[in-house]
Amino acid sequence: MEKMPHWADVLLIPLISLLLAALLSALVILAIGESPAAAFNLMVEGALMRSAGWGYTLYYATNFMFTGLAVSVAFHARIFNIGGEGQAMLGGLGVALACLYVPWPHWSLALIGASVGAALFGALWAYIPAILQAKRGSHIVITTIMFNFIAAAVLNYILVNILRPVGAMDPATAKFPDATHLPTFRDMFSTADTILFRGAPANVTFFVAVAACVVVWVLIWRTRLGYEIRSFGESETAAKYAGISPVKITVIAMLISGALAGLMSVNTTMGESERLILNSTEGAGFIGIAVALMGRSHPFGVFLAAILFGFLYQGGAELALWTSIPRELIVVIQALVILFTGALDNMVRMPLEKLFLALRKEGA
Amino acid sequence: MTLMTKFLGAAAVVALSAGAALAEPALIFDLGGKFDKSFNEAAFAGAQRWSEETGGTFREIELQSEAQREQALRRFAEAGSNPIVMTGFAFGNVLEEVAPDYPDTKFAIIDMVVDQPNVRSVVFNEHEGSYLVGMMAAMASESGTVGFIGGMDIPLIRKFACGYAQGVKAVNADAVVIQNMTGTTPAAWNDPVKGTELTKAQIAQGADVVYAAAGGTGVGVLQTAADENILSIGVDSNQNYLHSGKVLTSMMKRVDNAVYNAMSSGADLETGFNVMGIANGGIGYAMDEHNAALVSADMQAAVDAAASQIANGSLSVHDYMADNNCPVE
Repeated sequence: MEKMPHWADVLLIPLISLLLAALLSALVILAIGESPAAAFNLMVEGALMRSAGWGYTLYYATNFMFTGLAVSVAFHARIFNIGGEGQAMLGGLGVALACLYVPWPHWSLALIGASVGAALFGALWAYIPAILQAKRGSHIVITTIMFNFIAAAVLNYILVNILRPVGAMDPATAKFPDATHLPTFRDMFSTADTILFRGAPANVTFFVAVAACVVVWVLIWRTRLGYEIRSFGESETAAKYAGISPVKITVIAMLISGALAGLMSVNTTMGESERLILNSTEGAGFIGIAVALMGRSHPFGVFLAAILFGFLYQGGAELALWTSIPRELIVVIQALVILFTGALDNMVRMPLEKLFLALRKEGA
Repeated sequence: MTLMTKFLGAAAVVALSAGAALAEPALIFDLGGKFDKSFNEAAFAGAQRWSEETGGTFREIELQSEAQREQALRRFAEAGSNPIVMTGFAFGNVLEEVAPDYPDTKFAIIDMVVDQPNVRSVVFNEHEGSYLVGMMAAMASESGTVGFIGGMDIPLIRKFACGYAQGVKAVNADAVVIQNMTGTTPAAWNDPVKGTELTKAQIAQGADVVYAAAGGTGVGVLQTAADENILSIGVDSNQNYLHSGKVLTSMMKRVDNAVYNAMSSGADLETGFNVMGIANGGIGYAMDEHNAALVSADMQAAVDAAASQIANGSLSVHDYMADNNCPVE
């Protein structure tokens, strides 16, 4: 028998966690002498009330959807992939190589080519820790963290010594050719007399991310491979008994996970900066862990959680622009949400479970 | 939809009235942050000086992510901030795209050239100032070996190194200049530990004066030089006071003046190419009570003579960035 109804698990717990985080954030803002209500208004106004604000919210959300899905897929096989950051960095390299060295006739083909490049490089970077885990038992949490650092060093070397144009100061590649320019929301939704999403970086990749959510859902719950991944995650011994190869499932789950993380860089590298810069991932690989936890590793949950985190990022930018709340404190607010929704899950869950049990006894 | 248009309309009205009423300037700091003890902090000091003298207020933001570069520029421009000042070459690409969308707003970018009609590009002749402190280093050195420690290995820092080497060789053609860069990423601007290691390595090779052009990394260089009892040369701001009697001088790059000037001219900011050199006080070397005992009258006379020659054009210092090449090693 379940301890509490399903709706409480997926809705009530995240909501209560969010409320707690909001409450603490309000106290923090109050402590430095600013008004929490005004700050919250500013965040909502800046992130959700203007089309350009939505453009930024959805841009960040696109990143978090990919990395959240990456963590989710691995998590269904009970593998904790902390390496989304490194896989996304390498994915960026795949995007850059595809965009710079292939003369694409049209952006749609370029998008497909760059996506393949990103997924390949991301998957490749996940493959090594996966095979080490599957064949040698090296703990994947440790190896994927280490591979984040190696990825940063590799990218640094390649950008500085190989891909940087002569005389440029930025450790970045040259600008991608115009043919690879992805349509932004502004290009897609503006009409002649109303300009929407002005200057916002959200682009067609958002729809790729939404499609990825659907594909992951089909993969996990409607295919044989998804069934194998889930049964391996539930019980390795039972899966083995049923003839599922642990090596194969570990490697395949990590390959899919790495490919999804790599796809994130299509959004940042091809959609936004249109050249590969050194810190294009900016921690989205790690935010993906919080997104997956909050979304309960379900694609729809990941979708919602990603938009929430996108809102937090864009709202945070608005706070930085218009108030004297320092940048460090905005990070504290974002971290509080991650802490409560991700790490302190049981703090809310356990009292709730008790409450529901007590209610049920009364009813019986 | 009507709600949306209402909000948009309201925002536009607010933006318009704000632009007409105050036109306060805005300052955007790069990812390094406002208090980096160096470049960004100098910019902040200039803005504060403007604010204290005029009683005006300015908007500011410390960036958190790359995507915010364009966002900050557009939001400030739409809110009527004028002029908008930004620090660092990394804004170049973005400003190139954003500036044409806001023809009535003036932008000022420091350390980068952006060729748009409403942009002032402020660049400094760091090679001239480095030449002067190079002369002083060669005159103060007893071993005939001096050191240079750069931050991130970019053409801009090589420009410092090249000017410095030319100054050293002008005084003592046989002098040896040891050059090291801290790293190849922006992290190299803030790595005092590596600065310490490089300084020790240069001392082991005989250097007795080191010049740090490395942002926050320089703090480690100056500290180690003072601990090991050799002389050091600071950069950007006057850093003589950090170790009184151990810092020979500082190469002054007046980022604060550039920001102050831009904010003072307000919406009438003169756009175009703005070179800050020795002639207009944008570049110089620092003399105060902390290094008075280290710099002899002869030394100062020689350096001042060179400075006036550079200012009137009779002495030209090679600029590394002109051809990505340095005539001396």
